[in-house]
Amino acid sequence: MKYCLVVDDSSVIRKVSRRILEDMRFRVSEAENGEKALDMCRAEMPDVVLLDWNMPVMDGYEFLMQVRQIPGGDEPKIIFCTTENDIAHISRALEAGANEYIMKPFDKDIVAAKFQDAGII
Amino acid sequence: MTELDFQFLCGFLKTRSGLALTPEKRYLVESRLSPICRRFELDTLSGLVGALKVGRTPGLETAVVEAMTTNETFFFRDKGPFDLFRDVLLPRYLTARAGARRLRIWCAAASTGQEPYSLAMLLNEASARLAGWQVQIVATDISTEVLEKAKAGIYNQFEVQRGLPIQLLVKYFKQNGDQWQISPQIRAMVDYRPLNLIKEFGHLGTFDIIYCRNVLIYFDKPTKSDVLERLAKAMAPDGALLLGAAETVIGLTDSLSPDVANRGLYGKAVSEASVPPRIAALR
Repeated sequence: MKYCLVVDDSSVIRKVSRRILEDMRFRVSEAENGEKALDMCRAEMPDVVLLDWNMPVMDGYEFLMQVRQIPGGDEPKIIFCTTENDIAHISRALEAGANEYIMKPFDKDIVAAKFQDAGII
Repeated sequence: MTELDFQFLCGFLKTRSGLALTPEKRYLVESRLSPICRRFELDTLSGLVGALKVGRTPGLETAVVEAMTTNETFFFRDKGPFDLFRDVLLPRYLTARAGARRLRIWCAAASTGQEPYSLAMLLNEASARLAGWQVQIVATDISTEVLEKAKAGIYNQFEVQRGLPIQLLVKYFKQNGDQWQISPQIRAMVDYRPLNLIKEFGHLGTFDIIYCRNVLIYFDKPTKSDVLERLAKAMAPDGALLLGAAETVIGLTDSLSPDVANRGLYGKAVSEASVPPRIAALR
């Protein structure tokens, strides 16, 4: 069973994401900011990170830059999932090593399509 | 809606678009035609049927046919047919057409354009190998309304997230608020034309590759056979036909046969008459 870490400061989004991902047969953990997510990655590197952009303490972009530096951090597929839906943010995320990008609002079909595009499923 | 009204609509839609309705699709007729009643200020579906019979309401027949047409589509739908295009068909015809340097592709049920634009993007990604080639994508649909949307190439956020890799969105689309428009360069690669598949389409000429996906499922068996026979005639001798995952040629035509190595891909059947005598004798 593949392991997905959901990183979002909204508990509602984390809950919705968890439900979708568990339906897709992923094991799911949650973090409410990038710093906590980094700690969790150091303990166990996920197969996929579903990542919000704007969060307190450490935002998604900073998390992406840092996780790629730690041992094994180049392995997880990182999918942004954010309301930052402009082309400048998308381009910046891709240049920093994000694998896919989901524009909120989203549903299960979009998550499944994006995970397929990223070669996760 | 009375049983007689439903029977009339079944006959009308079968004649105009080939759509074969079964009794359990009655709910679909009611849900899709109710908005047409409101648009044309007709009180009931029986009133709509009456107006169709009289035939003096401009635009009503087209509106009914278009309302009953399923336009479900998205970029790179089902993925496999597009992987097949990039990995099998394009290399095959780059070799086979190296002399003429000409490739003709037909999307026979183009809907709002996602299928032909997906192919156009793949062609553009392979542009280095296609320098000096004349490539044409003809995209047809029975509905003029969806073709207008296809020509504009403008999609909402939901539409560009279903099947379109983010790298291609960034590369080929321009953002305008929540809308995304595909680039003029990609739009210019597709030639949109209205076409009813149950009518003659020989005037479109011959194609190397035909995508006719998820449309035959709405036709009855004789209509499927007729369309497949005519699609076979519109194919080059070594042409390729791609059907939807729930569609086949088996039991419908002897003019086409499946490519056993590639699911969903069909070629012209090799008949005894077309095999040179020496090879035929060895069989």
